[in-house]
Amino acid sequence: MSQDTLFDKVWDLHKVSSLPGGTDQIFIGLHLIHEVTSPQAFGALKDKNLKVKFPSRTIATVDHIVPTDTQSRPFKDNLAEQMISTLEKNCLQHKIKFFNIGSGNQGIVHVVAPELGLTQPGMTIACGDSHTSTHGAFGSIAFGIGTSQVRDVLASQTLAMNKLKVRQIWCENKLSNGVYAKDLILHIINKLGVKAGVGFAYEFAGPAINALSMEERMTICNMSIEGGARCGYINPDEKTFNYIKNKLYAPKNEHWEKALLWWKSLKSNENSIYDDVIKLDASKVEPTITWGITPGQSLGINQQIPLLNELSPNDQFIAEEAYEYMGFKPGQSIKNTSVDVCFIGSCTNGRISDLRVAAKVLKDKKVSEKVKAFVVPGSETVANEAKKEGLDKIFKDSGFQWREPGCSMCLAMNSDKLIGNQVSASSSNRNFKGRQGSPSGRTLLMSPAMVAAAAINGKVSDVREFLIK
Amino acid sequence: MKSKFTPPMGQINQIIGKCISLIGNDIDTDRIIPARFLKCVNFDSLGKSVFEDDRETLKGKHPFDLDKNNNASILIVNSNFGCGSSREHAPQALMRWGIKAIIGESFAEIFYSNCLAIGIPCFTLPKKSIQNIQKYNENKSLFLEIDLKKSLAKSKDLNFDLDIKESSRKMFLSGEWDATSTLLENENLIENKFYSLPYLKFNS
Repeated sequence: MSQDTLFDKVWDLHKVSSLPGGTDQIFIGLHLIHEVTSPQAFGALKDKNLKVKFPSRTIATVDHIVPTDTQSRPFKDNLAEQMISTLEKNCLQHKIKFFNIGSGNQGIVHVVAPELGLTQPGMTIACGDSHTSTHGAFGSIAFGIGTSQVRDVLASQTLAMNKLKVRQIWCENKLSNGVYAKDLILHIINKLGVKAGVGFAYEFAGPAINALSMEERMTICNMSIEGGARCGYINPDEKTFNYIKNKLYAPKNEHWEKALLWWKSLKSNENSIYDDVIKLDASKVEPTITWGITPGQSLGINQQIPLLNELSPNDQFIAEEAYEYMGFKPGQSIKNTSVDVCFIGSCTNGRISDLRVAAKVLKDKKVSEKVKAFVVPGSETVANEAKKEGLDKIFKDSGFQWREPGCSMCLAMNSDKLIGNQVSASSSNRNFKGRQGSPSGRTLLMSPAMVAAAAINGKVSDVREFLIK
Repeated sequence: MKSKFTPPMGQINQIIGKCISLIGNDIDTDRIIPARFLKCVNFDSLGKSVFEDDRETLKGKHPFDLDKNNNASILIVNSNFGCGSSREHAPQALMRWGIKAIIGESFAEIFYSNCLAIGIPCFTLPKKSIQNIQKYNENKSLFLEIDLKKSLAKSKDLNFDLDIKESSRKMFLSGEWDATSTLLENENLIENKFYSLPYLKFNS
């Protein structure tokens, strides 16, 4: 059993009681909500005649269903309009702070909370979205929940949970040039498997993790869930503190010094005991792409799609399903695979640094004529900053469409969808069958820089070839 | 599909029903209920859309479309079932189709806790046992009587022990799976925690 890790300290601090069934009752310090998984929870509160226990600890925004072409109200899609207006009503009625479209702070919930300074070390954070693990980048314990649990957090600010085990994933050395956080996390999921994390919190650590920026760390923690871990985190350091400082909701004045002192006390240390430790060499990671229908089915840009007998018996069944669905032959190269749609955005890779990296690749280049390419900033703040830096112009000049913030084609709940069996090069997090809106659509997950390279060539390319020139 | 849906309530001691096998590892919640069906403010209409795209692809051959599986209520699955999105719409859709319990090799974590929160027990068995059940179920109907007190499944031909997390088993037996009222019993402790957490002081 783990001891003295950041996870243990934060868990113990938030434990309210041991429940009769044997689970722990855990206080949730910050609850984030959005339009898709909250309406039924508010409905249940009404049915049970309950109120929101601590309205100040819940923050709302709208992201999943928002259109990215025009966001004028009412939305063209009646159902989407119904969902946003239900959220507006619920927030108003329960006195919950809501960052609506046009507020300047709307965006993907996992982009918005960190950039407002709401996400801080040592917190427990829950949200009705599996990518809540993102917030672990700050040394918080953050996990996705379902709608009934959203109801429970609204009603009691607590959850009934079994404590997780802790696995440290130690990343030695540094990522090489042209290799990004996205490549590292895809590599980790490939090595450990998509279900290895069940029952675990992942602590990402080591020189390669320390070298990452806060936004890159968010990319890493964001995809913990794709490796089966409901929660992933990184111990806070000076980069964490500098990122938070002066943000809208950051502790101010005399509170700042107190916060710093407390945050520094939370870190795992040399006395920490883990349930499991895994070490890997980050310098060996290549630009990594998925070829299949789970985020674990990935390979380096210069590798070939695995043969069936190269895979463990447990992975063979899903591999056969993937060959057929994706139309790939075992042993085939992934490089030069033709792509139809290029998407940059999502809670994994829709932040300002992601847009900067992609814009650097696209500058003075043109997107292949056969490709539809679009970029969806993660938030209004990201969009405004990008415009200030002139990135929107670089994207538009290259042939990318510049859109309004939202989740967009990561899960295709709005009108941004693949058509038929189109292949997308996507900076998002899931390549499941049908994920991007077409039941036969095919997704290749990769870093934003790799999406930019694919857009220019119209086919899967090694972005390092662009960076040398 | 059942015509009338009544959600489970209170103590869950046993589940009796016909099995339906769904073969495949890593079946994600996008496949269980594609995202376009999440545009709703209640769960009522989800039952008919469960596995919509997979069913469309298989044109009537999907287990959820086969006549022999009509009125089945115990789903037999393989490994890492329910991975991906945290959408509770996935177990809600299964439940509204008629599923009352799931037996599998392993479950994704958020899916498992969503099932617990809405009253669907998820049991585990070793890979080989699951495959044997699925094989048996290929040709013959399998009716199971699951006793949660003993974690035991009985049928005409087969009897086997099921694994379930002890805390989950207790919560089903006591009714505590429907957690809100249990959590609110500790209202004083919750308020004490709210006033004692360091960061809620320096964020005020």
